Amino acid sequence: MTGLVIPAGGGEASANARRSKALRRGALHAFLIAISLIWLLPIAWAVYTSLRPFEDTNRLGYVSIGGAYNLDNYFNAFEKGEILKYFLNTVIILVPAVILVLLLASMMAFAVSRYSWRFNLALLMLFTAANLLPPQVLITPLFRMFLILPLPEFLSTNGLFYDQYFGIMVIHVAFQLGFCTFVLSNYMKTLPKELNEAAVVDGAGVWKTFSTIILPLTRPALAALATLQVTWIYNDFFWALVLMFTGDKRPVTTALNQLKGQFFTDNNLISAGAIIVAIPTLIVFFALQKQFVSGLTLGSTKG
Amino acid sequence: MTNRGPSSLAPAPPASAGGAGASARPRRRNYSLLGRADRLTLGMMAGIPTFFVVLFVIVPTIASVVLSFTDWNGIGGLESIQFIGLKNYSDLFTIYKPFWPAVSHNVIWLAFFLLIATPLGMLLAVLLDKNIRGTRFYQSAIYMPVVLSLAIVGFIWILVYAPEQGLLNNLLGRTEQGNQISWLGDPNINLWAVLVAASWRQVGYVMVLYLAGLKSVDPALREAASIDGAGEVQTFRRVVFPVMRPINIVILVITVIESLRAFDLVFIINKGLNGLELLSTLVTNNILGETSRIGFGSAIAVVLLVVSVGPIIFYLMRALREDNT
Repeated sequence: MTGLVIPAGGGEASANARRSKALRRGALHAFLIAISLIWLLPIAWAVYTSLRPFEDTNRLGYVSIGGAYNLDNYFNAFEKGEILKYFLNTVIILVPAVILVLLLASMMAFAVSRYSWRFNLALLMLFTAANLLPPQVLITPLFRMFLILPLPEFLSTNGLFYDQYFGIMVIHVAFQLGFCTFVLSNYMKTLPKELNEAAVVDGAGVWKTFSTIILPLTRPALAALATLQVTWIYNDFFWALVLMFTGDKRPVTTALNQLKGQFFTDNNLISAGAIIVAIPTLIVFFALQKQFVSGLTLGSTKG
Repeated sequence: MTNRGPSSLAPAPPASAGGAGASARPRRRNYSLLGRADRLTLGMMAGIPTFFVVLFVIVPTIASVVLSFTDWNGIGGLESIQFIGLKNYSDLFTIYKPFWPAVSHNVIWLAFFLLIATPLGMLLAVLLDKNIRGTRFYQSAIYMPVVLSLAIVGFIWILVYAPEQGLLNNLLGRTEQGNQISWLGDPNINLWAVLVAASWRQVGYVMVLYLAGLKSVDPALREAASIDGAGEVQTFRRVVFPVMRPINIVILVITVIESLRAFDLVFIINKGLNGLELLSTLVTNNILGETSRIGFGSAIAVVLLVVSVGPIIFYLMRALREDNT
């Protein structure tokens, strides 16, 4: 594969060199087209399967053309799988989680990036490390904690964190805080420090400096992070699997696994379900690609 | 980067007594210069997020370590916990059958990502960084799986690998009974099948990050290299790759961490059994199973923690030090 990019070397512009250059270009495109098609094939296959009735694929085989093409599997998935209910569960967890994590992370980032504390760096390290841990490292004690820690009635139907929307929301916030703080503090460091001084001259307190001066300037980073967090929290499978016992209350990504058992061997229905659940993230892919990528790269290249 | 006094460069220990930041730092707002109300506000702004992270991430992580030395089975209160030394670990290493397979699968996962998925992603980024025709199409196709959840990736590949209805066996003509390849059921090959599915996403992830890094390389560097007569491969190896060092490190760390976090895909396919054991699935199955052994499960988690700590510290040192110099 690497052979494709080996250059011509010397500068003699003979016809030979030009021809080999065109050849290389052709080989490069052939390679990239092959890769792209291989990459698109699994998704295309799922979409194709989802559009065909079970009876037709049974009769004709899955790799075949013919029979009917329609959206019946999608309607069935919505009806039998009650996917709407699971989408609602996702929204109940996702919306407050994203708002809260961005609010808390920007507060934290403001405190550590705009003021000198002795333990700035230690805190930032703690936050970043917490975000990098595999969730399974802490799940066993966390699971017990969720069974012990009390919650007031308006946040929890059983008085605990376990098996509650609120509990899942909280763990998302806690786990994502590290990454968001890291990104936001790097971003805030690039804002001129004179802004703080000007605010003091104007008699603005810390909170006012944060909310009226720094936060509005952080908007691009917040937009990128919001896109990323929506996708990540939407895509979470693990937390709700372990910490949400009631199947009916699980968010859609986790619930899909239950539906697999329910739909049994009807691959057409399963693929329709998978596509439905993928659609929101595909919307992010098509509409917010720029935000998503800049969120990722803000985290890796640090502003 | 430069707006930070040199005194804050060293990793500062947590302040022991009050008066954080009492020494004069000319370049930045000094905490102790603030009024009482402002200090309280600032304390809350840092304190509330810290509370969340400590309570829900740090405390359970430490608890994992502590509980791994106990035989607690979750029944009975905290006072029924008994310390049994290293017994959980010796059981884990000697008696518990799935442990070593899980470790080796994690290692294979990491090696596969390091040697195949990540280099492929980097290669694609380098190829697509040149302004060739159709680069947007190629990029989009390879990047699309990155937004999908690993759970969805699992479902999509189950459709590809299914013995009778799957795309792969149909293309290979291996759909009859007795002739089928059980891509996900055969413990000799299912890990590799899953790794292909996982790489399908990882390659795009690495490509996106690396492309962003390549865009930030000063074009003058490449020009200078090509004027000096360096070819493309040479330019990349001698000039671009070294300049990309920070990104290379991020990608290395992401590759390691993602390999240790591998869970969703395997769990969707068969809950991490029969050839697909991973440390993460052992921990999870111990909780979800009917006889949950808290102490023993914690010991598995601690093994995972010990392996993760190395790359995490390595990353923190680089990321935060470079940031301060």
